Amino acid sequence: MTITGIAAIGAGLAVLGAGLGIGRIGGSAMEAIARQPEATGKIQTAMIIAAALIEGAALFAVVVSLLVA
Amino acid sequence: MKELIEPSLGLIFWTGISFLILLFLLRKFAWKPILDAVNTREQNITAALATAEKARAEIADLTKENEKLLAEARLEKDRILADAKKTKDSILSEAKTAADAEGKRIIETARLTIETEKQAALTEVKNMVATLSIDVAEKILRRQMENKGEHEAFVKKHLEDIKLN
Amino acid sequence: MLISAFLSVFSVTPASANEPVSTDSTTHVTTGEGHEEEKFSPVNMIMHHISDAHDWHFFDLKGADGELHPVSIPLPVILLTEGNLDVFMSGAFHHGHSDVVKGDRTYRMDHGKIVEASGKKFTDFSITKNVASMFISVILLISLFGAAGSSYKKHGLGAPKGVARILEPLVVYVRDEIAVPNIGEKKYARYMPYLLTAFFFIWINNLLGLFPGGANFTGNIAVTLTLAVFTMIITNVSGTKTYWGHIFKPHVPLWLYPIMIPVEVVGVLSKPFALMIRLFANITAGHIIILSLVSLIFIFKNIALAPVSVGFVLFISCLELLVAALQAYVFTLLSALFIGLALEEPHHEHGAETAHH
Repeated sequence: MTITGIAAIGAGLAVLGAGLGIGRIGGSAMEAIARQPEATGKIQTAMIIAAALIEGAALFAVVVSLLVA
Repeated sequence: MKELIEPSLGLIFWTGISFLILLFLLRKFAWKPILDAVNTREQNITAALATAEKARAEIADLTKENEKLLAEARLEKDRILADAKKTKDSILSEAKTAADAEGKRIIETARLTIETEKQAALTEVKNMVATLSIDVAEKILRRQMENKGEHEAFVKKHLEDIKLN
Repeated sequence: MLISAFLSVFSVTPASANEPVSTDSTTHVTTGEGHEEEKFSPVNMIMHHISDAHDWHFFDLKGADGELHPVSIPLPVILLTEGNLDVFMSGAFHHGHSDVVKGDRTYRMDHGKIVEASGKKFTDFSITKNVASMFISVILLISLFGAAGSSYKKHGLGAPKGVARILEPLVVYVRDEIAVPNIGEKKYARYMPYLLTAFFFIWINNLLGLFPGGANFTGNIAVTLTLAVFTMIITNVSGTKTYWGHIFKPHVPLWLYPIMIPVEVVGVLSKPFALMIRLFANITAGHIIILSLVSLIFIFKNIALAPVSVGFVLFISCLELLVAALQAYVFTLLSALFIGLALEEPHHEHGAETAHH
């Protein structure tokens, strides 16, 4: 397997992790909104910040994959 | 694909310069007027709302005062009406009492008068009966002396007269 | 210095000189050298579209001679070589067919990149496709917001008129949803110009990139690097004593300092680094997805696939419209968050100290 292929697998794994993480955030945010609809705005902002931070971690991995590919 | 993540100095230079110029120009010509206008408008709205709130409170106060005055006036009216009614009632009952007494007095007077008149009439009748009796007796006595027949006719005739009376 | 700090991360790559095998045939599209039906390479096409270029290329026309002639707008090339400033239009390369000679310097177009024939080092300050696209966005922003700003002078403080009616709610949104909650009621006003400019600059450039033939400006690492460095400078310049105290005098036992201080310093760098990577990767990924879906038609050489492909492209394009606004929002939100963190007041520190005693 070429280094490009390994890099692609790495990028895929990173996306998998980020997807799971952001999915959990989204699910929890939905539950929180259902429980407290009046706090929707605050929950959404916190959700986007948390999702962005996880996404950042995943993107680091993608960048590393780009570097070796 | 590495060139994707190799920043080129020229693009950094142009982006930086353009962004700073944009920041400067927009701050002067866009953000300042827009934010100033928005802030001033918001302050105006807040002030207007406060004024409206105050006016509303004042109006509420006035209404309450009016209602109080109205209620007071209504009470006063009721009191006056009740007074008037009481006065009327007392006047009526007084008048009635007075009228009753007067009526009784008049009736009593009339009864007394009638009684007196009756007595007088009776007395007169008695006197008249007495006089007539004497007259009749006198005439009878005179006739008896003259004519026995005539005397009887005469008594008869007088007796008829008395009957008529 | 800051730039080199960022670049040092990239320089740890293994010296893999083997460039992607595919780059060779890029010439097919960029230079029109291609002769007959070459095998379509989606990677080359996509790389060509998302990379910067010295001309604004739209499409190729097949001429009477059977060759492909690219239709493109030439852009100025500005090169600084050993103190000499060489300026000429990119059309002078004739799409790689001819060299440009300036003094003792001979420039050649090689696979979309300018090289100096004798290997002289030069710095490229050209007005590339991305720079031209950015200039368009700057002109758009200044005319739109300039009109909005001056409309208040004309119409007074009543309800906003014209373009201000659309832009004012957006400005108010940035203020009420991004700046005030993250920076605080007292200090947000100072940072509003930067946050607003960044928000609208990124947004409008994201949108311009979605136009067919548009440049991948916000998906270029140099651009996001510049914006992230601005956020980093603003964050650290406005850092309070408490903020620096957390970095250089954290509330941990003294022996942990050799670990904690580097961790905190890395935190200072990694925040804007994440900003840079996020915007770059999101926008580039969006372009790649759309181009890949279009490529499907040419990979399978089947027109019946076109409606499916176009449907998907339409769907992803709608998603990208959302992403364009969302990434501008996220960049601005995180910038505001970092600035807000740097502005933190010492009350938190007191609480920590009393907890120690």
